[in-house]
Amino acid sequence: MTDGAPGNAVVLQSVSREYVEGDVAVVALKDVSMTIPRGRFSMLVGPSGSGKTTLLNIIGCIDQQTSGHVEVCGHDIKALSDNRVADFRAENIGFIFQGFNLLPVLTAQENVEYALLLLGFSASERQSRARAMLSRVGLGDHLHHRPNQLSGGQKQRVAIARALAKDPEIVLADEPTANLDSETGRQIIDLMRTMQREFHTSFIFSTHDPQLISEADETYRIRDGIVVERSVKELVA
Amino acid sequence: MIIRIASRSILRNARRSTATIAAVAVGAVAMLSFSAFKNQTMIGLQTAIVERAGHLTIFREGYNDFGTANPAAYDIAGYTELLGTLRTDPELSPMINVATPVVALGGIASNFALDTSKTFAGQGILPSDRDKMQRWNEYGLSGGAFQTTGLRDDDSNRGVVGSGLARMLGFCEALGGQDCPRSAGHSAATDADKRDFTALVGSDRELNRTVSTTPRIDLLASTAGGAPNIVQMDIGQATKIGAKELDDSFVRMHIGLAQRLLYGNAEPRATSIDVQLHHTADLPAAIDRIKTLNRTGKLGLEVRDFAELTPSYGQIVGMYTAIFAFISIVIGIVVLFSIVNTMSMTVMERINEIGTSRALGFRRSRIGMQFLAEGVLLGTVGATAGVAIAVALVTTINGLGLSWMPPGATVPTPFRLLLAGQEASVFATWLALVLISVVATVLPAMRAARMTTVDSLRHV
Ligand SMILES: Nc1ncnc2c1ncn2[C@@H]1O[C@H](COP(=O)(O)OP(=O)(O)OP(=O)(O)O)[C@@H](O)[C@H]1O
Ligand SMILES: [Mg+2]
Repeated sequence: MTDGAPGNAVVLQSVSREYVEGDVAVVALKDVSMTIPRGRFSMLVGPSGSGKTTLLNIIGCIDQQTSGHVEVCGHDIKALSDNRVADFRAENIGFIFQGFNLLPVLTAQENVEYALLLLGFSASERQSRARAMLSRVGLGDHLHHRPNQLSGGQKQRVAIARALAKDPEIVLADEPTANLDSETGRQIIDLMRTMQREFHTSFIFSTHDPQLISEADETYRIRDGIVVERSVKELVA
Repeated sequence: MIIRIASRSILRNARRSTATIAAVAVGAVAMLSFSAFKNQTMIGLQTAIVERAGHLTIFREGYNDFGTANPAAYDIAGYTELLGTLRTDPELSPMINVATPVVALGGIASNFALDTSKTFAGQGILPSDRDKMQRWNEYGLSGGAFQTTGLRDDDSNRGVVGSGLARMLGFCEALGGQDCPRSAGHSAATDADKRDFTALVGSDRELNRTVSTTPRIDLLASTAGGAPNIVQMDIGQATKIGAKELDDSFVRMHIGLAQRLLYGNAEPRATSIDVQLHHTADLPAAIDRIKTLNRTGKLGLEVRDFAELTPSYGQIVGMYTAIFAFISIVIGIVVLFSIVNTMSMTVMERINEIGTSRALGFRRSRIGMQFLAEGVLLGTVGATAGVAIAVALVTTINGLGLSWMPPGATVPTPFRLLLAGQEASVFATWLALVLISVVATVLPAMRAARMTTVDSLRHV
């Protein structure tokens, strides 16, 4: 992990991903080459089935390319063993899911602690970090609520706290606002924006949500597994 | 955290978890109560044997194979010294409750007055030693009451007969027997037969043919030297013995009388020595020590334990063990499938949770551990509940004060299930059920660990 100096969070070179089902091969990504710089709010945008999730999964090191070269935070992920990749994710990557994906049997605080379990913190460190992060996302008085006692927006806040509590290099979010109404979505986007600036984390989204797209620093348009366009918002001084 | 997630997941699916825990608990209760019943039966049987015959018996080498055909060659000549050795040996003496000589003999018992006779199998014993042996009650089963021999050390003319033998010799009424049948037979003996027998009987110098109030029989046997010999025995009482064959031929007498019959005026000997220990657990050590004494002293003896001398004991143990094994296997299979089923369903329901945990960086092994912990927790809770219920059940049943007739018994004994003192086997049952839950959970847990992260996350 290098310091916050500009650099690339993700580098893809001629990356392809094929799914073989029976005799049929589906090409989800075709020869994708791209670099996503560090510390930005980056969007993968495209119609349904274009390969956004596939691309995010590869960046998030939970899936691997069929061919090509992938570097995440300077690491060649394909060279690592399954356990090493898991450790890499635990340290460097935070996930925010469309469906929130909180553990139903754990409270908000425990869900955040759960992600810290693998990082060698003491129990009290985990607790204080989780509490601080939940207060930061506005859930300071919902620490002991279970997911089924929280609204969608609150659940996504817990998920954001969980993703950021370990201070990762990259936070990946696959359509994080798709299950929320537009007002709540707006609040979640604002929250993520604030957190991204505060933590200098690289956020990478896939989304259809125009509200979210309008916040993008970088936008990558994808169609049929190909990155067709990259647009960069001018950095305001 | 693993345990927290496991226990909460179990509570979350309360109905299914309860059913699984109940299956394990019922299995534990069934195994433990049968095991308690088995223990009670075996220990009851052991107590009955040990009260009567002691834990082990010492014979002259070869007695069991050849001795009964030629007692003189296979009896223990210096048995009083041997008893002294046993009773003073620093290793043995603390273990021994009773060490007592026995003379086994057989012959013909007859009632001259009624002209009846019958072969008998007899035993000469020392009454006080036997009464002491009857009091042995290591497991607290006898409840205070014990049978005495009805004989006294200072009355060497007296003996006890089986109720069948008493009936056949015509003493049923004289001995206060109930439901005495009338003999329908007619005397088959000719006067000539009678004269032959009288001639023999006349050879016994103590013979006194005046009518006595005590029922009295003549015992005819050949002495160790091979000559025919006769003694008179006063019948103290008739006892009912379970096996008819034995009931019809059993004679138990003062050892002095048996020795007079078998050895006449020669030096009295014993055919064996019965040894009763304080505690059955000492049996292997006691046998070892006796074998060592035998070897070092070149005594030419052999020693057998009660299980060897009572083959039915081993058979009953074997039968109960087989039934217990069968019950255990059936229960084990039911418990196994119950947990496999529950854990497979749990894994299928939590595919998304598995994908999420993997994305957060948990290794495959950790995912497997999570589910393993859950299955084992189910099994452990079930087994522990089962042990608790079984203990409560056994205590309640024992408190009811029921009685029953164990197999091979002639008198009802208190119906008591025995778990106390069986901590090891209770623990073994508990452990077996916990291990079954481990085995049952391994496959579902491995399936969870092997799942592809991306596929699990796509799963809704
Ligand atoms: N496990 C799989 N097996 C076979 N084909 C797959 C698999 N996962 C994805 N695909 C295919 O790959 C292509 C890209 O899928 P992907 O999920 O990346 O699209 P997406 O852009 O995320 O779509 P959406 O906006 O609907 O989420 C699709 O054609 C899809 O059918
Ligand atoms: Mg998608």
